[in-house]
Amino acid sequence: MTNLFPKCPNCGATQFNKILIKHLYVCPECNFHHRLSSAFRLQITVDKGSFEEIDKKMRSVDPLQFPSYDEKLKSSMKITGLNEAVICGTAKINNIPVVMIVMDTNFIMASMGSVVGEKITRAFELAIQKELPVIAFCGSGGARMQEGILSLMQMAKTSSAVKRHSEKGLLYISVLSHPTTGGVTASFAYLGDIIIAEPQALIGFAGPRVIEQTINQKLPEGFQRAEFLLDHGMLDKIVPRPMIRETLTNILQIHKSNKRNKPYRIEQYGLK
Amino acid sequence: MGKKDIEEQLKELQKKLNGLKDQVDSEQRESILPIIKELETNADKLKVELYRKITPNERVQLARHPNRPTTIDYIKYLIKDFIQFHGDRRYMDDLAIVSGIGFFEGIPVTVIGHQKGRSTKDNIKRHFGMAHPEGYRKALRLMKQAEKFNRPIINFIDTPGAYPGIGAEERGQGEAIAFNLYEMSALKTPIISIITGEGGSGGALALGVADRVFMLTNTIYSVISPEGCASILWKDSSRSGDAAEALKIDPNNLLQLGIIDGIIDEPEGGAHENHEGMANSIKEKLIITLEELMQYDIDDLLEQRYNKYRVMGQFKEA
Ligand SMILES: [Zn+2]
Repeated sequence: MTNLFPKCPNCGATQFNKILIKHLYVCPECNFHHRLSSAFRLQITVDKGSFEEIDKKMRSVDPLQFPSYDEKLKSSMKITGLNEAVICGTAKINNIPVVMIVMDTNFIMASMGSVVGEKITRAFELAIQKELPVIAFCGSGGARMQEGILSLMQMAKTSSAVKRHSEKGLLYISVLSHPTTGGVTASFAYLGDIIIAEPQALIGFAGPRVIEQTINQKLPEGFQRAEFLLDHGMLDKIVPRPMIRETLTNILQIHKSNKRNKPYRIEQYGLK
Repeated sequence: MGKKDIEEQLKELQKKLNGLKDQVDSEQRESILPIIKELETNADKLKVELYRKITPNERVQLARHPNRPTTIDYIKYLIKDFIQFHGDRRYMDDLAIVSGIGFFEGIPVTVIGHQKGRSTKDNIKRHFGMAHPEGYRKALRLMKQAEKFNRPIINFIDTPGAYPGIGAEERGQGEAIAFNLYEMSALKTPIISIITGEGGSGGALALGVADRVFMLTNTIYSVISPEGCASILWKDSSRSGDAAEALKIDPNNLLQLGIIDGIIDEPEGGAHENHEGMANSIKEKLIITLEELMQYDIDDLLEQRYNKYRVMGQFKEA
């Protein structure tokens, strides 16, 4: 299904897919960070062969018998080869064990329904059990309308799990990619101890069109882009894609010796 | 025949039945009473049918009825010595949410709720009950305060959703809602939330992570507005009635799905016809619920709260 000569959705330049892969799907012309498949994201983030997926077989049902949802699920599964819009599991980053959550916007815009919410919740619960940090690569259109209120409740469910993980003194790094909006922004995506975003990623709660209609005025240049949010104090850092693995390693290293219930004793750092 | 007519006829029937009961003497009573009973049962059934037969669209309209009681009205009827507190101590006071403390039946409580306006002017000031991040942060500040002083929290939910605007996004609308869900999931005091009108998406949930969630009969609770859903699905927002049906946003469906814990009946004609009657029904439910929740050890309560949301969702594992 790979397009050999894809067009940049931002500047319109066309590139050989091979060249784009070499650039980690960052447009060499305009620096736009294309959306990634979960497989590619894992490939460029975790140590080779270290990823062990959990809940791989979990699938959506159609709890409300919502118009055309069933067909949508089937066609998304066929096109993407995925069972759902998020992949979770344990992995290592530069030999540091972590729990990984990777959303895949190719699957119904990685909207959060019951399966996405359940898998993310289980990932945090696994991290609590194994005392591991969680790294979540977020990217989503928001709540999955087709599962109605059940989708809304996934926001409460995932946020509760993040809280429990946090109360154990464990680290959670959220990485926001283009686009992260709606109910995902208003739950686990914005609950990281550290929140990183890729350059130019669109991040927000309400969609730009809804806002424009409500306030009846043009939105400012760069509105809801990562750089705009950094300026407004809503992000810890913007990190270009080729630097993310290194940045995560750096943060993980600093947290490695942290055990909440251990008193802060200078001796444990080998100083006299 | 319209609903109003049926309502009138039912009233008439009830009156006649009562008259009959008074008229019959003791000898006839034995034989006639069962017949009257049966007629009464039929009348009750009709009444239930009548209210059940509200179309999804009609329920949406009722939930948004401009004369419905608002949080301030409920506070007036239910809370003694209420004192309102303002502001998030960060940026501003968001009038789309009101909050404060007082006594409910002698128990000190914290009360928080969305506030729609009565007039256009009031509504503009209050953004039609759509809060900015500051509204949710004010609510959380008051909830943390309630936790500190061991006060149960009563939340009234009535909002089209979180306010979609430039300032709201600049100041972290998503973060504000997320942080409320996160903190409320482990807040060490009982929380009761009541949907009194529109339960609009994340803006509603930001006051809705609770030990018990109730809905009034003519209210809705939804991940997206029926209009928004219709325009995405069919590119036609006028099909909001179909969307309302597909989304299953009415109290009966939500009770069946395990999302809410109970339905509070509205007075005849709806809450907008009888504010005090509505407040009294809410009072009864609050008394029973507080009596129950305030018995639990706080750790048990938090475990229950976590598990309540933990099991929400449907999926299969092949
Ligand atoms: Zn480009």
